[in-house]
Amino acid sequence: MSAPIQLRPDETFILNVGPQHPATHGVLRVKMQMDGEYIVKSETVLGYIHRMHEKMGENRTYAQYLPNLSRLDYLGALGYTHGHVLAIERAAGIEVPERAEYIRAITVELNRVASHLFWFGAFVMDLGGFSPLMYAIQDREHILDMLEAVTGARLTYCYYRFGGLYNDVDDDFTEAAKRFIPRMRKSLKKYDALVTGNIIFQKRLEGIAPVSAEMCRKYGATGPVARGSGINFDVRKNEPYSVYPEFDFDIPVYHECDSMARYKVRMDEMEQSLRIIEQGLEKLPGGPIMAEKKPKNIKLPVGDFYQAVETARGSFGIRIVSDGDKNAYRLKLRSPTYSNMHLFDEACEGMLIMDALAFMGTLDLVIPEMDR
Amino acid sequence: MGGYFSEIFNGSKSLLIGMGITFREFFKPTVTVQYPYQTIKMSARFRGHIELIADEEGKPKCVVCGMCERACPSGCITLGSTSIEIEVDGKIKKKKVLSKYDLDFTKCSLCGQCVENCSFGAIEFSKEYNLASTRKEDYHFNLLERLKRLEERNA
Repeated sequence: MSAPIQLRPDETFILNVGPQHPATHGVLRVKMQMDGEYIVKSETVLGYIHRMHEKMGENRTYAQYLPNLSRLDYLGALGYTHGHVLAIERAAGIEVPERAEYIRAITVELNRVASHLFWFGAFVMDLGGFSPLMYAIQDREHILDMLEAVTGARLTYCYYRFGGLYNDVDDDFTEAAKRFIPRMRKSLKKYDALVTGNIIFQKRLEGIAPVSAEMCRKYGATGPVARGSGINFDVRKNEPYSVYPEFDFDIPVYHECDSMARYKVRMDEMEQSLRIIEQGLEKLPGGPIMAEKKPKNIKLPVGDFYQAVETARGSFGIRIVSDGDKNAYRLKLRSPTYSNMHLFDEACEGMLIMDALAFMGTLDLVIPEMDR
Repeated sequence: MGGYFSEIFNGSKSLLIGMGITFREFFKPTVTVQYPYQTIKMSARFRGHIELIADEEGKPKCVVCGMCERACPSGCITLGSTSIEIEVDGKIKKKKVLSKYDLDFTKCSLCGQCVENCSFGAIEFSKEYNLASTRKEDYHFNLLERLKRLEERNA
């Protein structure tokens, strides 16, 4: 008979969360040094699904690299492809027709709502509530159906082209989008009553996992994580691109810095995205969807180009260094969750493990996007 | 002390509100379908794997220019051609004819660059999505043979 394991009062143990763990939503490993239920130190280990997307960008022509961008973040893929085409268009000096830019903005915002809906469902499931996931997925399905009818894919879209779009939207799409907006507003009210008002949910998030604005700046956190810490930064407002200056929308900012603030930012963002879609559908101009003057094989002039866009997870940047050839000399992808993830190690010190996993949920991690 | 009891009251109320919402969902119509017994119609622009299009005579429209092969980001298309001699206006001319069109679907990312780059409208997306298999070879499609099969079925 063996004696029970006796820990010294000051002894700690290592707990591996992942690489296969439901709470990490992918193959991410977090090595936690635990003192009982409290985290002493944590270390994030990345690289389990690294696919060398940057290197692929250097070996493929610009047009051939298009499908890669939607493989970064599979929940909000259109935002990433938008950044890529904008960068190339600006560098090559391609004029994009207005209709194409409006359709881009509408589809990106639809994709943002879909991404936030999935995050909402998965996050509440992390905390132990299953029904909201089903409701969120039901709403998301409407968006995916709409986008599938337009782009031909449900998740890994390859819809934007240099100078325009692959194909035009039809009346069915605009009608479906117009029907979707009031439906989604009703759903948001439902989520508010079902989840946000729930006492267990509030007790698990309020005042938990404070992330100061200072820490966000230190790690380069952007998106809802930074906006939940009182930093009013959104690329759509601060460095406007595409047709976003034409729209009237607000940037939700909360100053509480806790998990609840980050949750509320995303829930408010869905409403703001609906506003943008509404205005976009109203203003949608006619005309061509593809630029007239467009080189067949795109070659960028020699130089260094950078374009940032606001995706569902934060500021995504693409930097292209060109030596005048038909593929990039160096291509760098700055992905938002990579920076957002890195504040986890510092912020979760001294936290209870269940709070830390809830905190990880509020960071909205998509592992393939972190581990390009 | 008052705060303590009001919190219990408000907390219980919020739980009841949530339960009311889930209870109401019971009586909403079902939105799921019982796949594989029921299926839904695929959208018109659905991107399946590519397929050759036949002309009026039932031959592939493809002229073996190789644009799709070059445009493909993953190199999953392999073309082959033979030259035949045909008579045009009494003169004998050589013509390239498609002899092989292989698609390695294990590498394809369904981006649609091949269809977009085809200037002759010779390839399109199929609506095929029931492609589950345990063998890799099942995803190496011989599109030329597939076209022949489809033509025979239609005839």
